[in-house]
Amino acid sequence: MNYKYQSPIKFKYVGKPMKRVDAIEKVTGSAKFVTDMFFPNMLYAAVKRSPIPHGLIKKIDISKAKALPGVRAIVTGKDVPYRQGIYLVDRPIITMDRVRYVGEPVAAVAADTLEIARQAVELIEVEYEELPVVQDPRESMKGEVLIHPDLANYERLPIYNIEPEKNVFHHHKTRKGDVEKGFKEADLIVEGDYSLPQIYHAPLEPHAAIAYWDLNGKLTVWSSAQSPFTLRNLIAYAFKIPRHKVRVIAPYVGGGFGGKAGINMEGIVIALAEKIKNRHIKLVYTREEDISAVVRQGMYAHIKTGVKKDGTIVAMEATLIFDGGAYAEYGTNVVRAAGYTLPGGYYVPNLKTDSYGVYTNHFLGGAFRGFGHGELHWATERNLDEVAQKLGMDPLELRLKNVLKPGLTNSMGQKIHHDTGDMEACLKKAAELIEYGKKSKPSGPRKVRGKGIAGLVKAPAMPTNAGSSVIIKFTEDATVTLQASIQEIGQGFNTAIIQMAADALHIPPDKIHFVTPNDTDLNPYEWQTVASRALWTVGNALYRAAEDALDQIKNIASQVLGVAPHNLEVEDDKVFVKYRPEIYLLLKDVVMGYTYPDGHAIGGPVIGRGSFVPEMLTNLDLETGQGNAAAEWTFGAEAAEVEIDFDTGEITIIQLVGVFDAGTIINPITAGGQVVGGMIQGMGPALFEGIKYDEKCNPLTVSFTDYKIPTIADIPEKIKYDFVETFEESSPFGAKGVGEHPMISVPPAIASAIYDALGINLRDLPLTPDKILKAIENKK
Amino acid sequence: MKIKFIVNNENVEVEVKPNETLLDVLREKLFLTGAKEGCGNGECGACTVILNGKPVNSCLVLAPEADGAVIETVEGLSKNNKLHPIQEAFIEATAFQCGFCTPGFIMSTKAMLEKIPNPSNEVIIERLSGNLCRCTGYAVIIDAVKLAAQKMGGAK
Ligand code: FES
Ligand code: FES
Repeated sequence: MNYKYQSPIKFKYVGKPMKRVDAIEKVTGSAKFVTDMFFPNMLYAAVKRSPIPHGLIKKIDISKAKALPGVRAIVTGKDVPYRQGIYLVDRPIITMDRVRYVGEPVAAVAADTLEIARQAVELIEVEYEELPVVQDPRESMKGEVLIHPDLANYERLPIYNIEPEKNVFHHHKTRKGDVEKGFKEADLIVEGDYSLPQIYHAPLEPHAAIAYWDLNGKLTVWSSAQSPFTLRNLIAYAFKIPRHKVRVIAPYVGGGFGGKAGINMEGIVIALAEKIKNRHIKLVYTREEDISAVVRQGMYAHIKTGVKKDGTIVAMEATLIFDGGAYAEYGTNVVRAAGYTLPGGYYVPNLKTDSYGVYTNHFLGGAFRGFGHGELHWATERNLDEVAQKLGMDPLELRLKNVLKPGLTNSMGQKIHHDTGDMEACLKKAAELIEYGKKSKPSGPRKVRGKGIAGLVKAPAMPTNAGSSVIIKFTEDATVTLQASIQEIGQGFNTAIIQMAADALHIPPDKIHFVTPNDTDLNPYEWQTVASRALWTVGNALYRAAEDALDQIKNIASQVLGVAPHNLEVEDDKVFVKYRPEIYLLLKDVVMGYTYPDGHAIGGPVIGRGSFVPEMLTNLDLETGQGNAAAEWTFGAEAAEVEIDFDTGEITIIQLVGVFDAGTIINPITAGGQVVGGMIQGMGPALFEGIKYDEKCNPLTVSFTDYKIPTIADIPEKIKYDFVETFEESSPFGAKGVGEHPMISVPPAIASAIYDALGINLRDLPLTPDKILKAIENKK
Repeated sequence: MKIKFIVNNENVEVEVKPNETLLDVLREKLFLTGAKEGCGNGECGACTVILNGKPVNSCLVLAPEADGAVIETVEGLSKNNKLHPIQEAFIEATAFQCGFCTPGFIMSTKAMLEKIPNPSNEVIIERLSGNLCRCTGYAVIIDAVKLAAQKMGGAK
């Protein structure tokens, strides 16, 4: 077949650096976040939390709290004996009979002021019977202490595989080819253990929600949520109310990074609103509470790779053990996504992966920018470096040799196509940008420098039917209000969609208004703002909506002009005859229906509608991990240059480089913003971030003082990035996501650079000075 | 107790508790919600306002300390419906994403540029190291500050 795909859209605004549409609100302080919202007669909520990591609740005494003047409602787990969770329904709204981590909600209070609510919380008395604690998921798998004795009875999607006697909430298996045979054919086998701790999203805006439940039975929730529709669904499911009785409104979100996907703390304030109807109740987490609300899972990995002398990978066997924390919920899919994506962007004919999600008494691990992928790439990219070292081959060359190319299959057996994306080009461009292989001069005599590179790939990890929809409504003057329900969380979606809509509708962006805030009662359905999927799925829905609107316009004009609709074209303010552009109607005379001089009218207000669900996706086979789970991929490569101080072990990042193939770049400004911000967010966990607990499982990182995130003083001298734009043919815009990817391979690129500088391999994040000093010492 | 101060050129008088913070007074009593609470602990800078010409973490200032003070918040920056040059610079450099940290950065920048009209990279980094941003990776914020300095007649 000689078919050649061509984009149906001419790009005039797509690809241009358009200014963000949320700019003025955000620089003037008028952008509203949930915490900025006040309602008359509003109550304030506070949460009583568990001081112990694991135990049974023997008794809760709320009598003193109840007696405090100004207290309006108190709820405990008994009032809301429901569980919630997007994939595995294991997480109580307020725990009922046992606590599983320090900070777990055990009761909540609504009062006239926050001060009273907090005082009341202090007056609630809880008696516990302490249970043994499990901190290490590898220990937890022995099943000596069961964290969820009821796991087998929890509801879950059938794509997850539980092993209740081992505290395993999901066991993903990939079985591709024959690993035994593969290892027999190998000239060299390299094995290693790699680990990383839990890390915290640290959005500057903590979780916040306001709930109002009226006597008609309608519940309205304002939440700092990435996914209002999924939140509606999960609330309705947990509280057993019809979906149409729940309305979720999400104003601006002050940073999400996955931590505000699905459902989080909303249930607590809803539980209070259920008790005290017709009152707004507001709950805003403190920073300490926010750190305990959700984190990224920790991981222990074992990777074994078999290669030929020439560097061809013939087999890989991998075990990933995730520290899922006290509840899995969303985290089940993190474990699965890591499992099915391993080994990353390389062709491995014989592959065996076991990825386990395991309960511990740590904070619960949920979605975090690029979920599962930062974790798996840390292990696999590090292991590939060690393979290259043992082969005496350059690590970049080893990667280029094994990179996935059209015609080859990935871990799930999916075929790579000419438009899938080009990791080879990303690796080469990243190498060029960092001047790979060229040493630069250290800034002092006791300092050394090195450069390293790592590849990456990620597809949206989402259900096979994750849908999007878009509505385009014309107004009397042929300007447009546009509705889609992707949430603006900083990524710049509200701007990108206007650029895409302008090109799809052939009208200028200043005639399009994107409707905010996101409101499930008013907006069309959207699954979630996660997984770097918006440009791709919404792009598809938007194109359909635009075509629908244009068809309606052309049909009306066709009747008036006596010309077939397919001979009409819309541009700016006119609909005209393609071959006689001087014959036209003004759009404003068409979009509300056309009125003839005698008064009779035809057509009607134009409303374009477009819906999209991913096509041809299937679940994975639970035993082999084979199937069509990923819709499209973004490939990339990241590189780092570091300088290390021999005496202090201190690492300075001199340069960070990122190159991504995300198809068409809709807006280079916002795409660049994602890249730079993502790389710095990846640098934190590479160098210093990590949740810490003491030996009794008490969290030690409870503020920005103990949990340091990168400051303006930490950023490298140089940050460079570029894009490869392989047109993604499953999108009319050729576009896919790049929001998460920049965070993924910064740690392995830095570790690779450290090896280049010092000849030492670090395998456990974060790469702190003490680890460097110790490794230097051991090497002597 | 009652305190009086000037905020964004307007005289205000509010009833406060001695342990209340200036941030709470601004946000919850005056509904000036531009300053944000990111930590309540002096660790993030999201609550930065200018108090008697100095940038402060308003979450650490007790309301009575603000009695008689002159306070500027992000809401007071745009005058006569026109953006302040620092705001223009933050837009031109796209020095924000989610925007939650932005009012704090803008107020820290204003306080800095009023004292040091032409700051070096080192000075910018030093003066803004108390403001956290989890989205942008900061490089664009440095660009914005330099651009603002230029617009305000500092750097040539
Ligand atoms: S809220 Fe004041 S410094 Fe963070
Ligand atoms: S723009 Fe989101 S924290 Fe700075």
